[in-house]
Amino acid sequence: MNFVVPIKQVPDLVEELELNEEGTDLSRDTVKYKINEFDDQALEEALQLKAEIGGAVTVLALDGEETDKMLFTAIAKGADRGIKLMGDFAGGVAMHAAAKAMAGAIAAIPYDLILTGVQAVDDRDGQLGALLAGYLGVPQVSVVTGVRVESGKAVVRKEYSGGVMAEFEVDLPAVLGIQAAREIPRYVAVSRVRQVMKSATLEEVEVHNAAGDEGSSVRRMMKPPKGSRAQMIQGSPEEIADKVIDLLKAKGLKK
Amino acid sequence: MSQDVYVVAEHFKGKLVEVTFELLGKGRELADARGENLIALLFGHGVKNLGAELGAADRVIVVEHPQLESFNPEAYSAALVEVVKTKRPAVTLVANSSMGMDLAASLSVGANLPLVAYAVDVKWEDGSLLATSQLYGGKLYVESQFVGAGVVVSLLAGASPADKGRTTRGLPQVEDFATPPLGGPKVRFKQLIEPEGGDVDITTQDVLVSVGRGIQSADNLPLVQALAEAVGGALASSRPIVDSKWLPRTRQVGKSGVKVKPKLYLAVGISGAPEHIEGMKDAELIIAINSDPNAPIFDYAHYGVVGDLFDIVPVLTERVKS
Ligand SMILES: Cc1cc2nc3c(=O)[nH]c(=O)nc-3n(C[C@H](O)[C@H](O)[C@H](O)COP(=O)(O)OP(=O)(O)OC[C@H]3O[C@@H](n4cnc5c(N)ncnc54)[C@H](O)[C@@H]3O)c2cc1C
Ligand SMILES: Nc1ncnc2c1ncn2[C@@H]1O[C@H](COP(=O)(O)O)[C@@H](O)[C@H]1O
Repeated sequence: MNFVVPIKQVPDLVEELELNEEGTDLSRDTVKYKINEFDDQALEEALQLKAEIGGAVTVLALDGEETDKMLFTAIAKGADRGIKLMGDFAGGVAMHAAAKAMAGAIAAIPYDLILTGVQAVDDRDGQLGALLAGYLGVPQVSVVTGVRVESGKAVVRKEYSGGVMAEFEVDLPAVLGIQAAREIPRYVAVSRVRQVMKSATLEEVEVHNAAGDEGSSVRRMMKPPKGSRAQMIQGSPEEIADKVIDLLKAKGLKK
Repeated sequence: MSQDVYVVAEHFKGKLVEVTFELLGKGRELADARGENLIALLFGHGVKNLGAELGAADRVIVVEHPQLESFNPEAYSAALVEVVKTKRPAVTLVANSSMGMDLAASLSVGANLPLVAYAVDVKWEDGSLLATSQLYGGKLYVESQFVGAGVVVSLLAGASPADKGRTTRGLPQVEDFATPPLGGPKVRFKQLIEPEGGDVDITTQDVLVSVGRGIQSADNLPLVQALAEAVGGALASSRPIVDSKWLPRTRQVGKSGVKVKPKLYLAVGISGAPEHIEGMKDAELIIAINSDPNAPIFDYAHYGVVGDLFDIVPVLTERVKS
């Protein structure tokens, strides 16, 4: 079975996010990147499926910040093939254009299951998985946390709210938006990634970042409005504790 | 191309869900601003009676078919795409829910329309739509303007008060839309799986101490467990704690977890991503402890402590006990 996992670098939210002067984007040279956490989950699920039923895992990314390192890391974890889509993505890329570019590249390789992350923290214009499925003409289900493959079909669980899940049977090929893998995503040592960087090669595929697919554009980016900020409690841990206890007392939660 | 505003009504187990009324409220605002109609879309099987509750809309369009009995990404998307292609509304509002995440993007690609997701607001400005989305885990807001017409916007839960969408203008006219081909079916609904019971029900607790990824490791959980016991509450958590299998799924607060409304919600090492906020924003008193002064949780908490939970929690536990 052929698994394809599109993966993406996103800004690490632990770091402070600074805006550019125009206030239209992040100040990109200050951003620290990491793999989108749900893509790590999608990759883990693909690797688990490969171990269970056999097959090959291809990771795929649009060329961008630290793309090579991310793809090599995925290979170090067990992916068989890394493909980098080359094009003019410097100014960011609209989701429809990204999905079209990926659909073109994926259509040219064997694929049965495409596992994307459920969402990326920085994409404002929609779910890539469903767009990709649309362009490939295959079914899709997102918000998935359990995948089995039985008699050539995927049996997947989609999460609703309140811990309720719906089970669907899906014909392959298909696109699934993965929320969480069955196991905690594996860790790989940096030394192992370095080894892979020396021995493995990434395939590069030229794609076209079609202009005219934007549909919408960013007018302004801003920090959350300050109006509703919490009242801050300051002091030593002991002073803080006492103030919190006062709040509990006032609320009738402590005598 | 009509100027109407369309809203996808979401229902589950025969009932309209809260977010439907939030969408209706926002949709009403958009329609009234230009003197246009608000239309609610209802997909299902034997759901026509729900139309009577959608009185904030001027009309309700219903598509019924056995294949639409339960939500199905393929069949629902096919129905939605067909209605929107035929009626060509100015705006279609979809919830940024589990179902809506499938629908909004499928509609966008199926009808070739621009899409903006994660919206907390959408309004007209000088004749054009402007949508504000909450991105980067709630740390930044982004305003989008549209190039094309007939836009799709998916709204985060809580974007607009549900009360507004419950205000009825009388019994709306309910009309049938001829069921289009619903595809394959390549996606077949099998069953609903309910969460396992038997654990503490965090939705009935007055006090919740809720722990997030800031706790770093399962070995540190006793620290917050002790605080929960000291304040006479139960331990809840954000999603990563549950995905890491440190706590059972029943403890998860948020979009895919449960919604809670305790008297006190003490958030420890939780960033406050929109998906978490959705589950606890209505708690009576929210106190957050987080080492990052810019953590979005402080935009929702009533009181905040910027600091290391490992310094503060043990002291707080001790003092509460004595
Ligand atoms: C469809 C969907 C559904 C989802 N459903 C849910 C849901 O139901 N519930 C949910 O919670 N999430 C849900 N999520 C995930 C959500 O997007 C976030 O990833 C998640 O809420 C983050 O959890 P967190 O705050 O614990 O972790 P993080 O975002 O990693 O935050 C950890 C926080 O701890 C702080 N911290 C670190 N060290 C310390 C310290 N020593 N002392 C004090 N603070 C510290 C950091 O500053 C940071 O703010 C969902 C996502 C999707 C896509
Ligand atoms: N530029 C990209 N390169 C590779 N994969 C991507 C890219 N953008 C989105 N994806 C994939 O699509 C998923 C959902 O992202 P989104 O729908 O954009 O929030 C991500 O988790 C990735 O798996």
